[in-house]
Amino acid sequence: MRKVLLPTIIIVSALLILARLFYLQIVDESLKLKSDNNAIKIIYEYPERGYIYDRNGTLIVANQPSYDIMVTPKDVKNIDTLELCKLLNITKADFIRIVEKARVYSPRLPSVFLPQLNKREYAAFQEKQRKFQGFDIVKRSLRDYQTTAGSNIFGFITQVNEKKIESNSYYKSGDLIGQQGVEQEYENILRGIKGVKYRQRDKFNKDIGSYKDGKFDTIAVQGEDIKLTIDIALQEYGEELMKNKRGGIVAIEPSTGEILALVTAPSYDPSILVGRERSKNYTRLYNDSIAKPLFDRALLGEFPPGSPFKILTGLVALQEGVIDERTTFFCNHGFSYGRGRFMRCHGSGPHQLLNGISQSCNTYFANAFMRTIDKYKNPAQAVDIWSSHIKSFGLGDFMGYDLPTGKKGLIPSSKIYKRIYPNGGWRSTTIISNSIGQGEVLMTPIQLANMMAAVANEGTYFTPHIVKKIKDHRIDDKFLTRHKTSINPMYFKPVIEGLHAVYNGGTASALRIDGIEICGKTGTAENYSKINGKRTQLTDHSIFVAFAPKDNPKIAIAVLVENGYYGARNAGPMASLMIEKYLKGSISRKDLEVKIYSNDLQKEYAKYISGQPFGINGK
Amino acid sequence: MKNQSTRSNIDWMVVSLYFVLVVLGWLNIYSSSLPLEETSIFDMSQIYGKQLLFILLSIPLIIMILSIDGKFFEKFASVFFIVSLLSLAGLFVFGKEIKGQANWYSFGSFSLQPAEFAKAATALALSKYMGDVQVNLSAYKYQFQALGIIFLPILLIIPHDPGSALIFSSMILVLYREGLPAWYLWTGFIAIILFILSLLFEPIYIVLAALLVTIAIFFKSRPMNRNVVLSSIVFVLISAFTFSVDYVFDNVFQQHHRDRFNILLGKEVDMRGIGYNINQSKIAIGSGGWTGKGFLEGTQTKGGFVPEQHTDYIFTTVGEEWGFTGSLIVIALFVALILRILYLAERQKTKFSRVYGYCVASILFIHFFINTAMVLGLFPTVGVPLPMFSYGGSGLLAFTILIFIFVKMDANKVNEW
Repeated sequence: MRKVLLPTIIIVSALLILARLFYLQIVDESLKLKSDNNAIKIIYEYPERGYIYDRNGTLIVANQPSYDIMVTPKDVKNIDTLELCKLLNITKADFIRIVEKARVYSPRLPSVFLPQLNKREYAAFQEKQRKFQGFDIVKRSLRDYQTTAGSNIFGFITQVNEKKIESNSYYKSGDLIGQQGVEQEYENILRGIKGVKYRQRDKFNKDIGSYKDGKFDTIAVQGEDIKLTIDIALQEYGEELMKNKRGGIVAIEPSTGEILALVTAPSYDPSILVGRERSKNYTRLYNDSIAKPLFDRALLGEFPPGSPFKILTGLVALQEGVIDERTTFFCNHGFSYGRGRFMRCHGSGPHQLLNGISQSCNTYFANAFMRTIDKYKNPAQAVDIWSSHIKSFGLGDFMGYDLPTGKKGLIPSSKIYKRIYPNGGWRSTTIISNSIGQGEVLMTPIQLANMMAAVANEGTYFTPHIVKKIKDHRIDDKFLTRHKTSINPMYFKPVIEGLHAVYNGGTASALRIDGIEICGKTGTAENYSKINGKRTQLTDHSIFVAFAPKDNPKIAIAVLVENGYYGARNAGPMASLMIEKYLKGSISRKDLEVKIYSNDLQKEYAKYISGQPFGINGK
Repeated sequence: MKNQSTRSNIDWMVVSLYFVLVVLGWLNIYSSSLPLEETSIFDMSQIYGKQLLFILLSIPLIIMILSIDGKFFEKFASVFFIVSLLSLAGLFVFGKEIKGQANWYSFGSFSLQPAEFAKAATALALSKYMGDVQVNLSAYKYQFQALGIIFLPILLIIPHDPGSALIFSSMILVLYREGLPAWYLWTGFIAIILFILSLLFEPIYIVLAALLVTIAIFFKSRPMNRNVVLSSIVFVLISAFTFSVDYVFDNVFQQHHRDRFNILLGKEVDMRGIGYNINQSKIAIGSGGWTGKGFLEGTQTKGGFVPEQHTDYIFTTVGEEWGFTGSLIVIALFVALILRILYLAERQKTKFSRVYGYCVASILFIHFFINTAMVLGLFPTVGVPLPMFSYGGSGLLAFTILIFIFVKMDANKVNEW
């Protein structure tokens, strides 16, 4: 018995292996198809990419046909290389280099030989194609932009890279894929699904019909059209206003969270990233490390928010019950807090909440902040409570919008101060700069805009989003859910009155628009940069946040102009013009418009890199 | 004359099967590693060129083994064993990492895999121990000592090469032939079943099932055979094992280990990531059909789709280019070789050479089975080569030594009278 065991195991195992082999080799037919069989040629049919429309149904991104010449290195036989090179206007060295690269990718699979031919080049090649064995033409669609604006929103399409090919079996060498912006975020919807045809070939490479009567073939599924929340006219206008400046504008519809405009400057015409010049142009944009045209300041720029942050300081103080509408703080050109430290303020006199906001009084909000923090025995606990109120506006974190890039900004919690002051000893006065949006606090323009939307809605907001409708289906439910801030709605009323007063006798009284009641807040944010290793103060960022109309708000907006000096100088007029443009459709104050157009900040930016000493804030 | 008798007593069937497998193996390595440009078959920069060198090297090695006195291997078995244990231990310090496993000693351009040679040394040591007249596997003392010889190298090797550890454990089958109580095998068998079950189901269900089975067996058996203590112990052990498998799988195994099991159990379908190897392997074999695509015509082979095709996945070339027919022949050759060795082992006059023959057969079998099962997607991915087929100098030379020591013992048996 003991002698029999091993031989039995051996024979049983061998039979098991044979059975498995029989199944794989004889029974299971799908494996034969999957094998890249010599006799089967796979032909892909590329569907047209979905169109992109703006919120009003204006077509903004369409397609144009383009032709790629593909090469399958193994099949290249007996061709007149010289003739081919001449026809396509390339050198023999190019030819050898491209074919060699294709061979490294795969000798049996097609790679792009020459991408994106126009119709004329295509016609010339097609006439002689039969002479060049191993070369095929694949028709793809390229983007055809109907606007010069919105490049940061759209992103672009490009040939898929090798890493993606490896990680996702859908993509084959030479396929196009969306990168950045909506093109990347909604790639699967826009691209559709390519069709596959299996054709049988004999050993002379001649097509001898479909494989298994097309049992495995699939039909291409068209990409779906997308409707954006963007108002393209507003977007174009915003980019126009931002010319020769750096910064961002974000406009949101408070009642839905729809992004009406998402402007970053400097920007570029999206059509320069289409066609054979794409790579050259992209490299040029990529290498501009000073102006950074590929850096979406509206989503990625983290700035100290400055005075607009006082709105939140006030709201939190009201919610925590440490101030009310009538609480009065006396300002004497500033606020001194402990041992000779002094926060300057431009105004003076007794301030209550309303004129505290409209006059943007530092003293008022420093006091309100101090009371908030000092309400609790332990400053760590107090800061965390304050921090969670602020974060309930969607700040200090990625907001969850449907664009692929973002920054968290920074809303400090006690953890950060414990790290900065490991020995403790920090108190409300240590961190008082946060009360006026300086200090540790950082926000992106889209966060500023969202904050305004939440104020406009009296304490609720929707996650900002860029896509309004995808052909036949609804957008993600997360964009239809109303988020609540931790501030009681009743506290928004007095703050909104204060924001309204900003336009009526306050810091933005020169920017009123007839017939539109605007609520806004100016901001002038100090900022620093390292120049030759030295921390140097630069001209203040000009910031403005607003929403309008006061009742039933239609637009909430944040404008940030890097080094644009005080808020009412650049950002304020731009916000006011954008609001007028969106609500009225046209601009009545042409003089203001001209003033902004002619406000060229390039000289300001040039100062910082000139290497010469420079003055700031107009000096 | 001794030499004369050795030559005439050599079992030419084993020798021919060995050479046929080596040649077929090389042809497949040639096919799977042939570059697109024309080269000479002796091109030493190519994989197949190197393998040809190893094959040529094995011939003087064979002649040497056959001309050494048969007693030599028995006398020096312990020395070989100790040397290989030391060389395995040395890997922890001097081991060179190739493809994530520190299994190698590196001498300039050459690398040596001590685990391959340790298989033969362990087989010799076990045979020598079992050859001792006193050894009787019905006593616990001898059971533990014999198992100790097998588990010593396993302990040294398991951290960097779990595949080879499996190979060593196959020698337990030899001990069973020599009288090891059957419950050892049953325990192992049940452990494997429990292992697989606890990966498929929540451990609590298995424990419940085990409880039901234990109770059923308890009441089915005759009252005088009922043993409450033993039944409870068995049940507790099964429960503990089941839960510890679950724990080890989740907490001790690394992700890539888990993935290998999950693929097999159909829990993972990521065909581009972790499932890639096994999927490509199945596609290559599956595309072979009845007769295959022909020598050097395998498109999957030529396209370089199957990673590691010349080593652990060499069988995919057989499957693709020679089809079911060719695979059947290769499997038949392996089975014939292993069964022939078993047959010869039973014919041996000494316990030493019988045990050794059994060891050779089990080692060859476990390699063959695990490798083909893995390639066909029936076994998790482990680095176990296909004997005589897979590329690798250490492997080929070690199998040559393993087999020809036995050929020599077998040829010598007439002189043992």
